[in-house]
Amino acid sequence: MGYERLTRYIIRRLLWMIPVVLGVTFIVMLLLELTPGDPARQLLGHFATEEQIEQAREEMGLNRPLITRYFDYLYGVTKGDLGVSYFTKGNVWDDIMVRFPYTLLIVTISMFIAICTGIPIGVYAATHQYTWKDNASIVASLFCVSMPNFWFALILVNIFAIKLGWVPSLGVETWKGWILPSVALSIGYSATLARQTRSSMLEQIRQDYVTTARAKGQTERVVIYKHALKNALIPIITIVGSVFGASLGGAVIAETIFAIPGLGSYTLSALTSRDYPVVQGSVLYFAVMYSVILLLVDIVYSMVDPRIRSQFVGTKKRSKKEKKQRSEVLSQ
Amino acid sequence: MKSKKRSRLGETWHRLKKNKAAVIGLVVVIIVLLVAIFAPLLAPYPYDQQDLSNVYAKPSREHLLGTDKFGRDNLSRLIWGSRNSLIMGLGCVALGTLFGITVGSIAGYFGGRVDIVIMRIMDVFSCVPMLLMCVVIAAILGPSIQNAILAIAISTTPSCARLIRANILTVRDKEFVEAAKAIDAKSPHIILRHILPNAIAPTIVATTMNIGNSIISGATLSFIGLGAQPPLAEWGAMLSEGRNYMRQHMELVLYPGICIMITVLAFNLLGDGLRDALDPRLKN
Repeated sequence: MGYERLTRYIIRRLLWMIPVVLGVTFIVMLLLELTPGDPARQLLGHFATEEQIEQAREEMGLNRPLITRYFDYLYGVTKGDLGVSYFTKGNVWDDIMVRFPYTLLIVTISMFIAICTGIPIGVYAATHQYTWKDNASIVASLFCVSMPNFWFALILVNIFAIKLGWVPSLGVETWKGWILPSVALSIGYSATLARQTRSSMLEQIRQDYVTTARAKGQTERVVIYKHALKNALIPIITIVGSVFGASLGGAVIAETIFAIPGLGSYTLSALTSRDYPVVQGSVLYFAVMYSVILLLVDIVYSMVDPRIRSQFVGTKKRSKKEKKQRSEVLSQ
Repeated sequence: MKSKKRSRLGETWHRLKKNKAAVIGLVVVIIVLLVAIFAPLLAPYPYDQQDLSNVYAKPSREHLLGTDKFGRDNLSRLIWGSRNSLIMGLGCVALGTLFGITVGSIAGYFGGRVDIVIMRIMDVFSCVPMLLMCVVIAAILGPSIQNAILAIAISTTPSCARLIRANILTVRDKEFVEAAKAIDAKSPHIILRHILPNAIAPTIVATTMNIGNSIISGATLSFIGLGAQPPLAEWGAMLSEGRNYMRQHMELVLYPGICIMITVLAFNLLGDGLRDALDPRLKN
């Protein structure tokens, strides 16, 4: 038997995105509807006459009832049409496509930095428990977790861009421009990963199988990296998934500070100017991307842990109780 | 019953006391809380008192940490800022936990369709990255401290609800709940008096660990102009004001950031310690 169950699971998770799209769209639309402030008035400025505003409202479709607009919007979404910006008149989908790569790039680089630094530091701390090295890494990671990343970004700018002049303080025209934003964004996530790695490694190191591996005469390196770390990875992957999602949101800050034309700063400026189609489109896009990432994390799960994989590829029909247990494992 | 409860609390306290880091955290938290409460007495100047003849003053006896671009005393603003920053951090944790407990216990206790509908709505909410959700809600509601608190509270609700629901599921089918149902107790009574007290401990730990994050989220919203508005003193807002002049006056960015970091660090140390003290099994 192949991976039928896994495929079925993936399809089910992809189908689950339909209610996500419906829900997120509705919530954002409702929020925008409930709050005072008229985009038509904002667009035309203070000197517009009532007739002009009324006409603009009519053109923007704001006079139609909420539910009609909701279904219209959804119909557009099925065709990949997210509407047109009130202000720039640009197609929202095209704008998102131009801007999202920036966000994705910065998030990916910072995740890469976080994984490459956080996990080794965590392993190192766990294998040196009760020594000053362990204490130093705990203290350092606690400091990093407790530091607002926008503050760290400003400190970095001050030192490396203003004082030393090594990198530009704004913009990402050259590759040098990416360094500060990604380092600033990654520091907190790296520390979070280090903490999680340390605690789940400590749990594994005490297990009997590690003793067995040592007794077999395996080198310490193999024991730690091949045996213990592999088993410690499950909770770490969960954290990686949630951190990835968090960094999609966190990119808003990095993008504003470093003037990166990403999706986060696009959303933020649309929010302040009440550009409803842009807000709706980008929040929706973020939500779908986030769900896709969480799905990928689940798939990676099943790749590292044969116990989880066996739940998908087995042929036996499961009882209700087993199904419940499985869904609990997955939702953890 | 009462004596048993006290002994459990006493035991937790005993374990917490032995953890040096947690005690340091607790002491710092208490100091920051006292500073926030007694800000009007401690601050040498009002937070918005301007002195345009004395802007960007160097530290001196009158202004221990110098002044900002309007000649406002930095130290006083930091002291007043602790109040607003803590109100934001604690406020959104309290509100978010309240929302989470309400939603989570209803879902967990009633189960079935109610559970499915509520949890799916929570899932939809948690499909948007948290900080982005905060930004969207805060921007739509309009920039102010209250709206920022509400925005952060709403975005932390799903995780809290999920936690409390999971704990309630483990308690729901216990005998004492059955006994309460047998004597025809009303659902709210059962939830509040019988189930919640037995299911709330992990939530308390999670809440303490969340305070630090919430302070950072609050500061972040203020930093991008969606939280505390000028002339209010709040650490995040002060950072955002200082940012434009950081080329010449780095201290305007440094001070509020250090305040945030120390406070958040203290709450995190306390949260870690509390978790270990309440559940020694988790301690490594």
